[in-house]
Amino acid sequence: MASDSPAAASRVDRPEEIRAIPVRHPGRWVAAAVVLLLVAIAVESVATNPRFGWGTFADFFFDPRVMRGLVLTLELTAIAMVIGIVLGVLLAVMRLSPNPLVSAVSWIYVYVFRGTPVLVQILFWSFIAALYPRISLGIPFGGPELAGGSANGLITVFVAAILALGLNEGAYMSEIVRAGIISVDEGQTEAAQALGMTRLQIMRRIVLPQAMRVIIPPTGNETISMLKTTSLVSVIAVAELLYSVQLIYSVNFKQIPLLIVATVWYLIATSILSVGQYYLERRFARGAARSLPDTPLMRLRRLLRARANPAGDAG
Amino acid sequence: MSEVMVRAEGVHKRFGRHEVLKGITLEVRRSEVLCLLGPSGSGKSTFLRCINHLEAINAGRLWVDDELVGYRQVGDTLHELRDAEVARKRTEIGMVFQRFNLFPHMTALDNVAAAPITVRGQRKDAARDAARELLGRVGLGDRGDAYPSQLSGGQQQRVAIARALAMEPKLMLFDEPTSALDPELVGEVLDVMGGLARDGMTMIVVTHEIGFAREAADTVAFMDDGVVVEAGEPQATFDAPRHERTRAFLSRVL
Repeated sequence: MASDSPAAASRVDRPEEIRAIPVRHPGRWVAAAVVLLLVAIAVESVATNPRFGWGTFADFFFDPRVMRGLVLTLELTAIAMVIGIVLGVLLAVMRLSPNPLVSAVSWIYVYVFRGTPVLVQILFWSFIAALYPRISLGIPFGGPELAGGSANGLITVFVAAILALGLNEGAYMSEIVRAGIISVDEGQTEAAQALGMTRLQIMRRIVLPQAMRVIIPPTGNETISMLKTTSLVSVIAVAELLYSVQLIYSVNFKQIPLLIVATVWYLIATSILSVGQYYLERRFARGAARSLPDTPLMRLRRLLRARANPAGDAG
Repeated sequence: MSEVMVRAEGVHKRFGRHEVLKGITLEVRRSEVLCLLGPSGSGKSTFLRCINHLEAINAGRLWVDDELVGYRQVGDTLHELRDAEVARKRTEIGMVFQRFNLFPHMTALDNVAAAPITVRGQRKDAARDAARELLGRVGLGDRGDAYPSQLSGGQQQRVAIARALAMEPKLMLFDEPTSALDPELVGEVLDVMGGLARDGMTMIVVTHEIGFAREAADTVAFMDDGVVVEAGEPQATFDAPRHERTRAFLSRVL
C-alpha cells in the first residue's frame, strides 16, 4: 500500500490487528496427561479399597460424639486465640516500652514459650497440681489468703488445655504484633504527635489500625494452625475432635474411617476460616491500594448477569 | 499578648557527638512569615522540629508565645514537661511535613477531622463539617471521600495543610513542603501557603523555593553548618547578600 501522500497519511491508518499462530507447548500436554493418570490411579484406589470403610465414614460423620468434639475443638481454638491475641498485643507493647525491665520481661516470656514444644507445655499444665497443689489469691510473701482452691479442682484438663494453647500463642502473636507496629512509618507517629495526640491515642487511632494490615494475614495463619494444634490436647484426654474419634475407634477398631471423619471436619473448618481471613484482609486493606479487587462472589455475580443478558455485552 | 511568637536564644542540638545546631538565635513576630534557607544538612529541619519539641534541645532556650518549649522553669532549675503537657502545647502548633504523612487508612475528610475528634473531643459531625470547610479552603472540597493513595502529591500536601489548620494553630511550621512534589504540582501548594500568609498566619517555612521566599516572606534567614549566617528582608538579602556563604548558596540555587 503506497500511502506517501499527506492526504493518505491523515486518514485513519491504524495497522492491521496481529493474527499470529500461537506457539505450541507439547510439554504442557505431556505433563497434564501424566498428572491426570496419577490422579486417576489414586481415585480408583480410594474408591475400590474396602478398607477405607466409606460406609463407616458416613455412619459416624454426624455422630453426636464427633459433633461434640468438633464444637470443643472450635471452642478451644477461639478461646486460645483470644487469649493469644490479647496477650500478644500486651507483650508487643511491653517489648517496645522504653522501660528496660518491662521490655526484658516480655523478651524472656517469648524466649521461654516459643523455645519449648507446645506438647511439653500442655503436659506441664496438666500436671500443675504436682507443682502447686493449692492455688490462691491473697497477699503474697506469706500474707493472708482471700480465695483459693485445690489446683486439681481449679485447673481441669480443659483449663489446662486453654492455658497451654493460649499462653503459647501469646508468644507467637507478640512477635506478629510487634512486626506490625514496627512496619508503620515513623512519620505517622510524628504527624500524630505534631497534632497533639498522646502516646495511647497514637497507638489506638493511628499505629494499630495500620499495623492490622501486616498483622491480619499471619494471625489468620495462626488461627488455622491453632485449629490443628488443638488436636495435641488429646494427650491430656480433652474430648476434642481427635480424642472423640479415638474414643470411638478404641471400641470399634475402625481407625481409618474415623480418622478420615476427623480429617474431613478439620478441612471443612480450616476452609471456612480461610474464607473469613480473605474478607478480613480486604477490610483492612482500605487506603492501601487505589481500588480493592472484586471478591470471587462479586465476580461470579457479574458473570451470571452477563450470561443472563448477553445483549448487554454486544456494545 | 506578646508581639513575639517564637524566640530562640543560643539553641544547640546534638545527635550523639554530632552537633547539628550550634547556637541559633532569632525571633519571629506574630503574623510574620520566616523562610529558612540553606544547604541540606545545615540544621533547618532540625530547628523546626525543636520548635514543637519533636526534638529536645541540648542547650539554650526556646519560647513559643512566651512559654518555654518542653520545659518548665522554677527558679534556676528546668523541669521536663510530662507527655500530656507536651502534647497539649503541640495542639497550638501546626506542622506540615515533606512527605505529607497523611494517615493512609483514613479518608481526606477523616484525616482533617481526626485530631479535633481525638484530641479536642469534638463531636464527630461538627468536626466533619469543619473539616469539609477546611478542605474547601485548600481547594479540595469535592475530594473528602478520597483516600490519600487516590490523591496526587499536591492534593495530599493540601490535605495535610488542612489537617494542621483544623486544630486552629497560632503558628504553622512547614518542613520543605514542596520538595517531594513533581514540579507542576508545586504551585498549587505554594498558592495555599501564600493565602495563609496573607490571612496573617505566623509561619516558619523551610524551603528551597526562592520565588516563594521572595514573595511571601517577611524575613529570610540563611542557615549553614548549624548557625544562622544572615537574616533580613528578602529583597535586600537576595539582591545584595552580605555574607560569602550566602552568596555561594544563592549562586547555586538561583
